[in-house]
Amino acid sequence: MDATHILLDYGSGGKASQRLISELFLRHFDNPVLARMDDAAFLDIQGPLAMSTDSFVVDPVFFPGGNIGSLAVHGTVNDVAMLGARPLYLSCAFILEEGFELEKLERIVQAMGQAARDAGVSIVTGDTKVVPRGMADKIFINTTGVGTMLVAEHPSGHRAAPGDAVLVSGTMGDHGLAILAQREGLAFETPVLSDSTALNGLTERLLLEVGDIHVLRDPTRGGLATTLNEIAGQSGVGIELDEGAIPVTPAVRSGCAFLGLDPLYLANEGKLICILPEAKAEAALALLHADPKGAGARRVGTVAAANPGKVVLRTALGGKRLLNMLEGEQLPRIC
Amino acid sequence: MSIFDKFSDPELCKAVLDAIHRELDGELRFMEVCGTHTVAIFRSGLRSMLPPGVVHLSGPGCPVCVTHESEVGMYMDLAGRDGVIVATFGDLVRVPGPGGTCLKDAMAQGARVAVVYSPFDALTLARENPQATVVFLGIGFETTAPTVAATLQAARAAGVGNFQVLSFHKLVPPALRALLGDPELNLHALVMPGHVSTIIGLEPYRFIAEDFHLPAAITGFDPLDILQSLLDIVRQRKEGRAEVVNLYRRAVQDLGNPKAVAVMESVFTPADALWRGIGMIPGSGLALRPEYEAFDAQKTLGLTMAEAKPIPGCRCGDVLRGKLTPDRCPLFAKACTPAKPVGPCMVSTEGSCAAYYKYQLEM
Ligand code: SF4
Repeated sequence: MDATHILLDYGSGGKASQRLISELFLRHFDNPVLARMDDAAFLDIQGPLAMSTDSFVVDPVFFPGGNIGSLAVHGTVNDVAMLGARPLYLSCAFILEEGFELEKLERIVQAMGQAARDAGVSIVTGDTKVVPRGMADKIFINTTGVGTMLVAEHPSGHRAAPGDAVLVSGTMGDHGLAILAQREGLAFETPVLSDSTALNGLTERLLLEVGDIHVLRDPTRGGLATTLNEIAGQSGVGIELDEGAIPVTPAVRSGCAFLGLDPLYLANEGKLICILPEAKAEAALALLHADPKGAGARRVGTVAAANPGKVVLRTALGGKRLLNMLEGEQLPRIC
Repeated sequence: MSIFDKFSDPELCKAVLDAIHRELDGELRFMEVCGTHTVAIFRSGLRSMLPPGVVHLSGPGCPVCVTHESEVGMYMDLAGRDGVIVATFGDLVRVPGPGGTCLKDAMAQGARVAVVYSPFDALTLARENPQATVVFLGIGFETTAPTVAATLQAARAAGVGNFQVLSFHKLVPPALRALLGDPELNLHALVMPGHVSTIIGLEPYRFIAEDFHLPAAITGFDPLDILQSLLDIVRQRKEGRAEVVNLYRRAVQDLGNPKAVAVMESVFTPADALWRGIGMIPGSGLALRPEYEAFDAQKTLGLTMAEAKPIPGCRCGDVLRGKLTPDRCPLFAKACTPAKPVGPCMVSTEGSCAAYYKYQLEM
C-alpha cells in the first residue's frame, strides 16, 4: 500500500478496501474460513453455544502491556470463556478515523492476529468503515465471539451460594492504572503494565479438572468491587471480602494512593473471579498457581447469607465496612 | 515492615484502640476537619471499632463541599464561553450548579473543560492553546494554594497571557473560628488536617485551645495516626487539658512550611469568602494581589457573582457544620445519590455524604 494514512477511500468497498483487506487483515488473521472471502463465514459447530460482543474505544490506543487490538481479542475471548464455553471464532469490525496512520493500524492488526492465535481462536469475518477526521477517535474495534459450551450447568452470576469460596487469579487494578498513567503521562518508579491476556485456557481447566464452578467473571470495568456487587445482587447473597488477602502490586498500590484511587475499582483485563464450593477451593487454587496466568491467585473471601446484595469488606484493621458499587468514573482528588 | 506499613499495622492499631476503649469515660463528640480524614476513617472500618460513646462528626474540610453555590454559578457561567477552556480538578465536574447542571453537562453541550492533575498542567494547556483563554478553577485550602501561586509566578515570569485563575481558595483557621463560635455546636475535640498543617504548622490553631478550650490533634491519614490522635484527645479530656498537639511530626513541622507560605503570600492576599452552608466568613479566602491582576479571571473576564439560592432540601450546610449526620438528611440515598447528587457533599470523594453512602454498612 502506498499511502501512509487511512483515507476515506479505504472504507469505500472499492479497490482501496480490497487492498486493505488482502494486504493487512488476511495476512495477519490468516485462516481458511476468512480466506474464502464470502459474505459470511461458514462455521461447522454444534450447540449449545455462548456468544458475546464488545466494542473497544480505549484511549490511549497503545499502552504498556498491549494495545487496542490485543485487548479487543482478549476482552471478547474472556467474556465467552467466563460463561463456561470454549471460544472458537471471532468477528471484528473496525471504525477508522480518516488520517489514522497505517503503520499503527498494522501494529494493531498484527497484535490481534497474534492474540487470536495464542488464544486458539480464529477471526473469521470482519468489516471496515472509515469516517471523516474528527468523527471518531483514531480507531474503534468491535469484536463478537462464539464458543461451544464445555459444561451442562454453566457458571453464572446467579449461582453464588452461601459458604462458597471467592478466589481471584491475581493482582487487581493493573490494567486500569496502566491506562490512566499512560493517558495522563504519569510516570511511576516501577512502570505498571496492563494485565491484558486471554483466560480461556485457565477457565477450561477449572471447569473440567476442578468442576462445580458456580461463578466465573472477569472483573473488567468497575473492577473487583463492582463485579462482586453485581454477583451479590444477581445471586441474592452477601459477599465478605478480606482486604488483607486481596493481591495488589506495590506499584499499583502506591500509584493509587498518589492519585486518590481505589485499586478495587480499577479495570482488569487478564484476571478472573472464581466462586465455588469451599471443598473445591484448595484444588482450584493449586490449579491456578500452576499456571503463570494464575500464579498470583488468592482466596479473598466467602459468600454468606447475611447482608444479601451487599459486599462487606473486612479491613486490614479488623473493622467492617461496605464495599459499594462504583458510581460514574473514579476521579482523582484535589488535595 | 516498611515505615509506612507500620502506620496501618493491625497489632499496633489494636493496642491503641484497646487503650481508647479502656480510657474513655463518657461521651466523646469529635469532629475531623479534613475530608481526607473522613474517608480514611470510613475506609479503614475504624468507625465500626470505636467505643459506642464516640460520636464522629465531619467538618468543613472538603474543598469541593465548601464551594459556595454562587461560586459554582460563576464558573458554570464561564464554561461554554467562546474561546475559554476551563481547567479543573476532577471532582468539580460533577458538582451541580444553581440551575442543577454541572460541568459534565456543559461539556456534553460543547463547553471546553479539561480535567487536570495540577495547576501546572493547566499552564501547559494555555501554552498549547494560544488562541484560547485557559481558566484554572482555584479551589482548595492552604494545601493547594501554594502550588497555584507557584504556577502563577511561572506564568508571569514566562509572560503567558492566556492563563487565568478563578480564585475561590479558602483558609481553614478562620472557618474553624466561625464554626466554633456557634453556641449550638456541641463538640469535645477536633482532629486537625494533616495536609493543611504541613503548610501552616501548628500556631494558627492555638486559638482552638485558648479561646474555646478544646483539645485538638494534628495527625496523618493512616489508621494508627487517627487512633493515636483519638487516644490523645481522650486523655486530654480526662485530665481536663485542652492543647493543640502535633502528632504528625513525620510530615508537619510546628512552624509549617515557611517557603510555601511565602509563595502563597506573594501571590494571594486574604479576602472575605463565601462558604457553602456557612455564608460569608471575613478573611477566609484568598484573592489575587494587584500585581497578579492580569491573571485574575474575575477581573479580566468581567465575571460577577450572582446570588444563588441554596438547593432546596439539601442539608449540606448542616452536615458541614457538624449539626447533622448525612443519613439524617431527608434526601440522603433517596433523591440524592452519587449517581445523581443534589449537593456537593455527595459528589466529592471526600464528602461526608458520599462516605456514608459508600462505606457505611448499617444505617
Ligand atoms: S445527602 Fe445530598 S442533599 Fe443531603 S446533605 Fe448530603 S449532599 Fe446535601
